[in-house]
Amino acid sequence: MTPEEIISKHPRTNDNLLNILHDLQNNHPEQYLTHEAMDKVAQYLNMTKSSVYGVVDYYSMLSTQPRGKYIIRLCISPVCHIKKASGMLAHLEQTLGIRAGETTSDKLFTIEVAECLGQCQEAPSMMINEKVYNNLTEERIKEILAQYK
Amino acid sequence: MIKETRVTLKNIGKINPESIDDYIATGGYEGLKKALTMKPFSIIDEILEAGLRGRGGAGFSTGMKKKFTSESCQSCPQRYVVVNADEGEPGTFKDRVIMEQDPHIYLEGTIIAAYSIRATKAYIYLRGEYTDSITRTRKAIADAYERGFLGKNILNSGFDCDVELRLGAGSYLCGEELTMLESLEGKRGNPRIKPPFPAEKGVFGAPTLVNNVETLANVPLIIKNGKEWYRQFGTERSAGTKIFTVSGQVNKPGYYEVEMGITLRQLIDDLCGGMLDGKPFKAALLGGAAGTFVDVSMLDERMTYDNLKEKGATLGSGAVIVMAEEDSIYEVLHSCLRFFKHESCGKCVPCRVGTTLMVKDLERLKNGVSDKEALVQKLVKDSKMIASTSLCPLGQSPILPMESAARYFTDELVS
Repeated sequence: MTPEEIISKHPRTNDNLLNILHDLQNNHPEQYLTHEAMDKVAQYLNMTKSSVYGVVDYYSMLSTQPRGKYIIRLCISPVCHIKKASGMLAHLEQTLGIRAGETTSDKLFTIEVAECLGQCQEAPSMMINEKVYNNLTEERIKEILAQYK
Repeated sequence: MIKETRVTLKNIGKINPESIDDYIATGGYEGLKKALTMKPFSIIDEILEAGLRGRGGAGFSTGMKKKFTSESCQSCPQRYVVVNADEGEPGTFKDRVIMEQDPHIYLEGTIIAAYSIRATKAYIYLRGEYTDSITRTRKAIADAYERGFLGKNILNSGFDCDVELRLGAGSYLCGEELTMLESLEGKRGNPRIKPPFPAEKGVFGAPTLVNNVETLANVPLIIKNGKEWYRQFGTERSAGTKIFTVSGQVNKPGYYEVEMGITLRQLIDDLCGGMLDGKPFKAALLGGAAGTFVDVSMLDERMTYDNLKEKGATLGSGAVIVMAEEDSIYEVLHSCLRFFKHESCGKCVPCRVGTTLMVKDLERLKNGVSDKEALVQKLVKDSKMIASTSLCPLGQSPILPMESAARYFTDELVS
């Protein structure tokens, strides 16, 4: 689908802005919002480009930079922190050879840190795109990543 | 030996959450049917007298909130219900359990709430990361339309109501009710000045009732079974049940719905199978990052809104993060303060700068500063200053873990 087709599926009111931005981002192979797409949203909702950009910039799930096919969101909130999430982050970074916020050169993975994912009963946790993984250990992370390679 | 009292969670694990028929077979939508035969103001009275208080964390009377919204701006053509499904308080996952496993119960509560304040439109503002909750809620809404529980002339009552889903996009602050309204209007999530409260001037300037998912899940049951039934649970001033989400160093972390007024010791020993591997209890963080530390002296206090408040603690969202002797208070406090620094929107300078400085100052405790006790006192003082000079609950939160950590664990922090 083209950005226009995606945008026009949504009603033309400002309260649909975040839904539209999610939809555009999820349908981009590099999971981000291009300037052209943001301009088209601004036009469609009769908003200024700067206010659309300001919204995109504010919300941590939205990105103006290209990202990998799989976005890994590792929770670093207090419960996961007690359960040694920092070790998991270091392990992820080492395994993939990138730091949090970066994308692997094959454009497969992006590592992001996230606030509480609400999986605290089985911490530490992470998401890969829409799927949740709990009770993480270094061993388990290795197995999970292998499924995506 | 305390047992769970499942009221809002009564269907969990017993029904297929994607089947409206399963929900109806448990008596679902009977609350709505009964509500539609009642006058809107009598629904509000019923909720008021049942003593239901907001389960999102603030504990404000749900009936009062409804009454204010219903009575404000009589000339306004539209009023709205906004469902706060933007669960993001660290350690909290009660709303996720409801949305994933019994989405119709809170949807039914939403429709009743709309009818009671004469709103014909409701928005569910659901956290963007909660993908399963989104899928299940979306299906529940579609099925409710198909069965005539939503849309025009609901169950031939003459009442119309639409419910739409809006997704959050990764901002803790948008879980605060006024900020949520900004976000709903397609803006950055910066808080609004209050008053006016949402009841007076909410989304699109119209009177708006903002209710949490767990709060709304109680509503159909109160209407169906009556206020006396509801009042048999809990205490005089904290009626009903509460879902606690327990994490950390216990044998069986998870979600537990219990009558208001149980103690932390009962929760840990009777429901969570005790401390993990029998380790000694050291502390719990009640209410999440925007919550308070308690130590062993609080284990036998009844966990009600008022009793905890009196003792300088909070019930909050029902998050209980349990720590054992081996866990470092510094680490947990640091994680909380880092969280606020990350989530501060930057609108109020004291919060933007203050939350950053608090993290730096806390780290100085580990970097050989000479008078550590004075530094802890400075942190408490700074958190008070931030609280009194910031617009929204985020700036008013760092004081909660900071002050309580200093109260119970200064010795450890300075060691």
